[in-house]
Amino acid sequence: MIIMGLYNYWIVVVLMMIGFYIVIAHGNLIKKMVGLTIFQTSVFIFYISMAKVDGGTAPILADDVNLYSNPLPHVLILTAIVVGIATTALGLALVVRIKEAYGSIEEEVIQTQYNRDQNSLNKENKTC
Amino acid sequence: MKDLLTVVMLTGIYGLLSASFFVAMDAVDVAFTEASVGAGISTLLMLVAVSMTGRSEHSTRHKPLLAFVVVIITGGLLIYGTLDMPYFGTADAPIHENVAPRYINASLQEVGVINIVTSVLASYRAFDTFGEVVVIFTAGIGVLALLSVVRRPENDVEIESLNESMHEQHLILRIVTKMLIPFILLFALYVQFHGDYGPGGGFQAGVIFAAAIILYAMLFGLSTARRVINHTFIRLIAALGVLLYGCVGVASLLNGGNFLEYNVLLDEPIAGQHLGILLIELGVGCTVASVMVIIFFNFAGRKDYKHNQQNKKEVKDKTILNDEEDHDDHHGAL
Repeated sequence: MIIMGLYNYWIVVVLMMIGFYIVIAHGNLIKKMVGLTIFQTSVFIFYISMAKVDGGTAPILADDVNLYSNPLPHVLILTAIVVGIATTALGLALVVRIKEAYGSIEEEVIQTQYNRDQNSLNKENKTC
Repeated sequence: MKDLLTVVMLTGIYGLLSASFFVAMDAVDVAFTEASVGAGISTLLMLVAVSMTGRSEHSTRHKPLLAFVVVIITGGLLIYGTLDMPYFGTADAPIHENVAPRYINASLQEVGVINIVTSVLASYRAFDTFGEVVVIFTAGIGVLALLSVVRRPENDVEIESLNESMHEQHLILRIVTKMLIPFILLFALYVQFHGDYGPGGGFQAGVIFAAAIILYAMLFGLSTARRVINHTFIRLIAALGVLLYGCVGVASLLNGGNFLEYNVLLDEPIAGQHLGILLIELGVGCTVASVMVIIFFNFAGRKDYKHNQQNKKEVKDKTILNDEEDHDDHHGAL
């Protein structure tokens, strides 16, 4: 089967779509963050699997080895992981603040509460 | 799944699994990072966030069918797009034909470091890495701006007594941790300075170092950990790491080279490269470790603070018996 050589990309696409589905279908903000993490990891897997060379080894120079995997994607993903956790922490901090302001982390509850606040604000403006 | 705690624990397992996948793909440095970040720090932060926002998810009203259709269509298009991609593991794929051979063949002469990942990260693409460190630093500032609370001394005393009663029960954990922490810190230093010769470097070392401190804070209470690691001090270290990185760049400018061109730092180009890589890895390690610690301390500090406020509130409510929940939340937001 020629087409089986592409299976690594399909795994990536499946993982990516799982993450995407969680982000758009769930109203819970923590779950959305988890979905984003899965999405992010699928991109990492995409890069790392592209760097793999059959019969190659880890890119640390040794005397009796002459085939290495591509080091460039490794570098990009290494830094992306740490940046990813820093930005995830920022997102979680925002979630915590939203919980404090609205008393909930469900999208619908927040939306209705926001609408109610806006309406009462408009009414106040009109009476003034 | 409605229990968010289960979701978070599964995410941790997923992180560990993807780390072992990266080992199988020869990406040892990446696996190292993912194991300490994905399975360690990110799970911890999510746990703290879940403990602050509530453990269960309410059932959603809107239908997931539309989302499902969108996902299927997007996924189908992406899979159609992969049909033109080179096969998995082929050595003559386009990705291996541009800069990669130069890195593999010439890096030992040009940089003198055995680990190609380190030489690309810290020397060839040092400017890129500088940007990443600044992003991490900025995220740390963002968390600080969002979550930091004004601490009053009397709060600390209360929290401390609370912590002490809570931690009596974890005696075995505390003793084992006390024995382990020196080794974790030592391992972090090894990873930091051995990055030239094996997998490791500033990013991994920073995360491991932070993990040791966070472990300590979890078992001995935040205020005890704060006494060991001063709040101002850790912020200073975070800024110093970025500053050190930038200063290496400026120093190479002053010596007549390009920004972050280490060859001109010392008389011998290879020695200059070694010095430059050592310094910037140190800067990266400092910033990453202290930003992770700052993030955790702020999450946990806010949790303690809220907990404390709620206790006070409950006492008040019992005496006055006035309007409940709604008011409580608004008060917290202020």
